[in-house]
Amino acid sequence: MIDTLRLTAEDAISLVERREVSAAELHAAYLGAIAERDGELHCFLRTCDEPHGSSIPIALKDVISTKGIETTAGSRILEGYTPVFDSTVAARVKAAGLSVLGKTNTDEFAMGSSTENSAWGPSCNPWDPSRVPGGSGGGTAAAVSAGLAPWGLGSDTGGSIKQPSALCGNVGLRPTYGTVSRYGVVAFASSLDQIGPVAKTVRDVALLYSIIAGRDPLDSTTAELPEVVALPEGDSLAGVKLAVPKQVADLDAIEPGVRAAFEAALDQARELGAKVGECDLPLSYRYGMPCYYLVAPAEASSNLARYDGVRYGPRVAGATFGEMVDHTRDAGFGPEPKRRIMLGTYALSAGYYDAFYGQAQRVRTLLIREHRDALDGFDAIVTPTSPTVAFAIGDKAADPLAMYACDLLTIPSCLAGLPGLSIPCGLSEGLPVGLQLVGRQFGENGLFRLGHALEGAIGFDTVPERLR
Amino acid sequence: MEITRDQVLHVAKLARLALTEDEVERLGAQLGAILDAVSKVSELDLADVPPTSHPLDLVNVWDEDEPRESLPLDDVFANAPERDGDLFRVPPTT
Repeated sequence: MIDTLRLTAEDAISLVERREVSAAELHAAYLGAIAERDGELHCFLRTCDEPHGSSIPIALKDVISTKGIETTAGSRILEGYTPVFDSTVAARVKAAGLSVLGKTNTDEFAMGSSTENSAWGPSCNPWDPSRVPGGSGGGTAAAVSAGLAPWGLGSDTGGSIKQPSALCGNVGLRPTYGTVSRYGVVAFASSLDQIGPVAKTVRDVALLYSIIAGRDPLDSTTAELPEVVALPEGDSLAGVKLAVPKQVADLDAIEPGVRAAFEAALDQARELGAKVGECDLPLSYRYGMPCYYLVAPAEASSNLARYDGVRYGPRVAGATFGEMVDHTRDAGFGPEPKRRIMLGTYALSAGYYDAFYGQAQRVRTLLIREHRDALDGFDAIVTPTSPTVAFAIGDKAADPLAMYACDLLTIPSCLAGLPGLSIPCGLSEGLPVGLQLVGRQFGENGLFRLGHALEGAIGFDTVPERLR
Repeated sequence: MEITRDQVLHVAKLARLALTEDEVERLGAQLGAILDAVSKVSELDLADVPPTSHPLDLVNVWDEDEPRESLPLDDVFANAPERDGDLFRVPPTT
């Protein structure tokens, strides 16, 4: 009997390599777990019945194109769309012997913080199914925590990997901008989008990152990694310097229970030998959100112009070409993409460009400088990943600005192009709390070492209490 | 910030969205509230700060100019709502 709830990807790989379990048996075990628990959780939009690889399975967020497997990005406007080519990340995981287990739920076009914006209905948090798993990559994060997949890939624009990992109690990495190819991934905001791994342990995340990262000739925004990805070892943080932004103490949005778990994690870091100091990010917390909600919708309005009912997707008939396009888009996009397309179009339109989009791009320069200065003399900036634990389904659905505030702590480093790792650091009200570690560009190996040592000391049990 | 009905309709036209009456009303109110929140960026005087369009220091990336095989046409049209030979078929433009 394979216990998919506890099995890490690393252990699963070694079971297969030692021939104690076949790739097919492992695939079947996860499909069995999905049959048992996904009726309640709705992590998967579709599953793949047969393994095609020699190694373990993987779950892919439904923004990642998979040849021959429907890919909808959580939107009706891509209903029935079956890619005729693999994205580079899908090709790389397949080349590593991994089998696609299925496609996981996401907020429509990865726009959201709860998966409630999926056209196919929300996913639920395995710790408490009345609550959201976070978003946009809630499907992948919930699947990993519920033992429905050993690991998975998400995409992160302003927190869509880190925040769901925090809310579901597992490990998620948003890599440095430019380290992972976006070829064949449904675009949201191209100066921000990144693909990254979600798993139960930091070592699993590092291993999956090593499979997907590196320059891709098909995506000219990718860069060569300056060093080989190293699987982290060791439990000491001697010589490591962590910076807590001064502003964190004054952010009322951070729940007391989240703050307590965060403080306890800092104490653990000190016990392992780390020095904890202070940095200053005043502009990031004041202007990060406004900057992001101008830059991302503006880029989205441009990226989503391609959904016109001509080359793919359902079409709504019209007497003229223009009518067909306008009605196809109105019928195909849900409320959140429409809101962001409208906001972005407004911010880019004549007379408003300089005041909104242009100004936001200048603010972004300041945030990059501010993060560079903040990291001076430190190895990582540490904060809670999310200001709150998982909230109830429906709580914020009617208030876009309340939903946008979920990303307060993840957005600034995304705008700065920096890597961020979220690891579970405890519980508040019986729900997981995430610790965010932000490093320098291409500093993933350092984050892995830090995260690995801390996760060992914290000893968080990633299996949701109600499933133990 | 008040967004008038005419402004909503103008932006919807630019964005190629045939909004319903309900959507025009709802989006007008929501956009006003969101714009109030994001307008905070205008507090800063940034005349001397260059804009960032991309967070990496990449300059031009060149690749060898080598011909590669394209997708077969049947693949290209596999998801098309309407195909006419080697063309995507759409309604008349006027």
